[in-house]
Amino acid sequence: MSARPTGPAAGSHGPDATAAAASASPAELRRRTEEFLAAHPPADTGRTDFLRARFDAGLAWVHYPEGLGGLGAPRALQAVVDTALEAAGAPDNDPRRIGIGLGMAAPTLLAYGTEEQKRRFLRPLWVGEEVWCQLFSEPGAGSDLAALGTRAVREEATGDWIVDGQKVWTSSAHVARWAILVARTDPALPKHQGITYFLCDMTDPGVEVRPLRQITGEAEFNEVFLTGVRIPDAHRLGAVGQGWEVARTTLMNERVSIGGMRLPREGGMIAPVAALWRERPELRTHALHERLLELWVDAEVARLTAERLRQQLAAGRPGPEGSGMKLSFARLNQEISGLEVELRGEEGLLYDDWTMRRPDLVDFTGRGAGYRYLRSKGNSIEGGTSEILLNIVAERVLGLPAEPRDDKDLPWKDLAR
Amino acid sequence: MTPDPTTPAAPAAAPDLLYTAAEDELRAAVRALLDDRASDHAAALARAEAGGPHDPALWRTLAAGIGAAGLLVPEKLGGQGASHREAAVVLEELGRSVTRLPYLTSSVLATEALLGCDTDRPAVAALLGSLAAGTAVAVLAVPLTLGPGSPPPAAVRDTGGALDGSVTAVADAAGADVLLVPADTGLYAVPAAAVTITPQTPLDLTRPLARVTFREAYGELLAGPATAPAVLERALRTGAGLLASEQLGLAEWCLAETVRHVRGRHQFNRPIGSFQALKHRLAQLWLEIAGARAAARNAADALATGAPDTDLAVAVAQAACSRAAVHAAEECVQLHGGIGMTWEHPAHLYLKRAKADALALGTAGHHRTRVAALAGLPGPQA
Repeated sequence: MSARPTGPAAGSHGPDATAAAASASPAELRRRTEEFLAAHPPADTGRTDFLRARFDAGLAWVHYPEGLGGLGAPRALQAVVDTALEAAGAPDNDPRRIGIGLGMAAPTLLAYGTEEQKRRFLRPLWVGEEVWCQLFSEPGAGSDLAALGTRAVREEATGDWIVDGQKVWTSSAHVARWAILVARTDPALPKHQGITYFLCDMTDPGVEVRPLRQITGEAEFNEVFLTGVRIPDAHRLGAVGQGWEVARTTLMNERVSIGGMRLPREGGMIAPVAALWRERPELRTHALHERLLELWVDAEVARLTAERLRQQLAAGRPGPEGSGMKLSFARLNQEISGLEVELRGEEGLLYDDWTMRRPDLVDFTGRGAGYRYLRSKGNSIEGGTSEILLNIVAERVLGLPAEPRDDKDLPWKDLAR
Repeated sequence: MTPDPTTPAAPAAAPDLLYTAAEDELRAAVRALLDDRASDHAAALARAEAGGPHDPALWRTLAAGIGAAGLLVPEKLGGQGASHREAAVVLEELGRSVTRLPYLTSSVLATEALLGCDTDRPAVAALLGSLAAGTAVAVLAVPLTLGPGSPPPAAVRDTGGALDGSVTAVADAAGADVLLVPADTGLYAVPAAAVTITPQTPLDLTRPLARVTFREAYGELLAGPATAPAVLERALRTGAGLLASEQLGLAEWCLAETVRHVRGRHQFNRPIGSFQALKHRLAQLWLEIAGARAAARNAADALATGAPDTDLAVAVAQAACSRAAVHAAEECVQLHGGIGMTWEHPAHLYLKRAKADALALGTAGHHRTRVAALAGLPGPQA
């Protein structure tokens, strides 16, 4: 990770944050929040109006710059604001529904966007008026994302970009107003160099979203077909050919958000199976008991590891454990949900609902054990497969040498496909 | 503590899972000493094979010079008045170098047992003081395999004022000055000179084992039959909780040494560490060790703060760290190839210590059974 521009995560520990910290102490933030609540009482303010005003007051994400929803304060102080607002019964911006925008588009916009782009996009993104999706993966470019083949060709007369190609695994595409998009702008360059990053208008007539029915029966993801999609050059993010570098900022934030959940003891996937174990003694066997105990211990260890990582971050000494948390939770979710299906015996042969639904969210606890088992199979594939993440741990944490590869210097057009 | 049968024990205050600056300083001092004086594995092994004792000069420096032996002992009793968190750091370093010193046995298990007795009694206070100063070594006369939550052993009986019986697999008994003996009438301190100590051939040469035979042996009663079981339990719980840190240090050495080896060793015209099959194995091991570190720190912090969920923290740490240490040592031997099977390379010392540690103070299975009770997850027909 070289020459990465300062993103929000790095900025919270940077000199700007230190300077701002003096003027944004917990007490100062509490005072600001109370003032804001007095001026915009949640009971008398419409949801959208309230959220817009909160953004304008710099209380949306306090570590963002002033004027862009923040105060340039340390990221950790967000909790002060959130706690006070929650106590006052304020509406939230439904962060799970707009997670791709919040977790991936926003930090990338902050790091690489022009002033105009930041002002245009960050506010409706945070308020939830505009939902975002991510047009990265393609049928021929999954783990090898940089092999992507969606083309963006510049039109001489207008300077606009004309995009053609197909994307896949796109959550929220059917509800999204905007997308972050990577496309190939120079096939003659090696694959990492000829990519450019764009903001794509999902209402463009050339954008076609088709539900992609999955292993669970529902269509949580989509295929997106791009045919002659016209993107103005003002919606390019970063320089032409800089798309891979920009995308790495997005992907790094994606993995941080996946590993960052905080759980109580016996929280997460172990909760329903432990509850079932206690409620239904007739289902218990010695073999299942051994497996349950092993997984309960593993879940507790993963929880403690995540807690230790958070303590390191709070102490300003981020550790490399973050790279591994997604790997641990993926394995745990799969093993625990597999055990739960078996534990249910005859019931484990049944499924709750095969209707093709279009959920906004992954709802592990609202569905049956069979759903949990099938959906968790995606945990080791989405957001970077476990195999790719193991390579990252091996190379970046342990310092092991990369495997020899012959695709780095070849023009993209000459690669085997 | 009485576990609620329906809900897992709730953690009290959030545990501090990091290392303090003082702990880092202590680690640096212990590591410098061990790098200087205990890094010659071949010499230590030769001494162990010849049946010699641990290196007494090294023990004096660690115990008295650095003050490590008295970390758990309050200052008014002659110790450092530190906590289990600091003792855990010492054990990490001892695990990293598989050093043959009676730290776990004397400075942790025996010391903790004495701290559970009435420390106002001169006999208890005097012995604690000499253990803290490193001038005497005491060990618990129980098999090293005895874990917390086990019924007190019945191997030694009081036959009218003298002790009779025999205990096997007593760790570090051969170099001990005093044996702390759980008998049917309480916990006794018996001078080593009053018993027969027969060395046994241990799987782990770096932690000597012996059979201790009592024949009309006279000792001093430290705790009566009403309190002795709790004293023993306290020692075993602390021992198991801190053994996790020794296992962590051992696992970390194995990973670091294996990574070093696979980066430098070339086969098929490439460093073998560039092969994905090996990279993934080492990345998985790193993940497991990151978990072991969190679990070991959690146990040490719970012991230090007297957290209400300490029993659970200890059981989780033992279940996780036993597995991580054995896995790390087994990978170390395998990924070193033929050299890993030789007597001259230290990998075998780590494997033997890791496997013996996995039996010490309760196996992972024993501790998972503890989790079942503490977290309210009973087995069939419970």
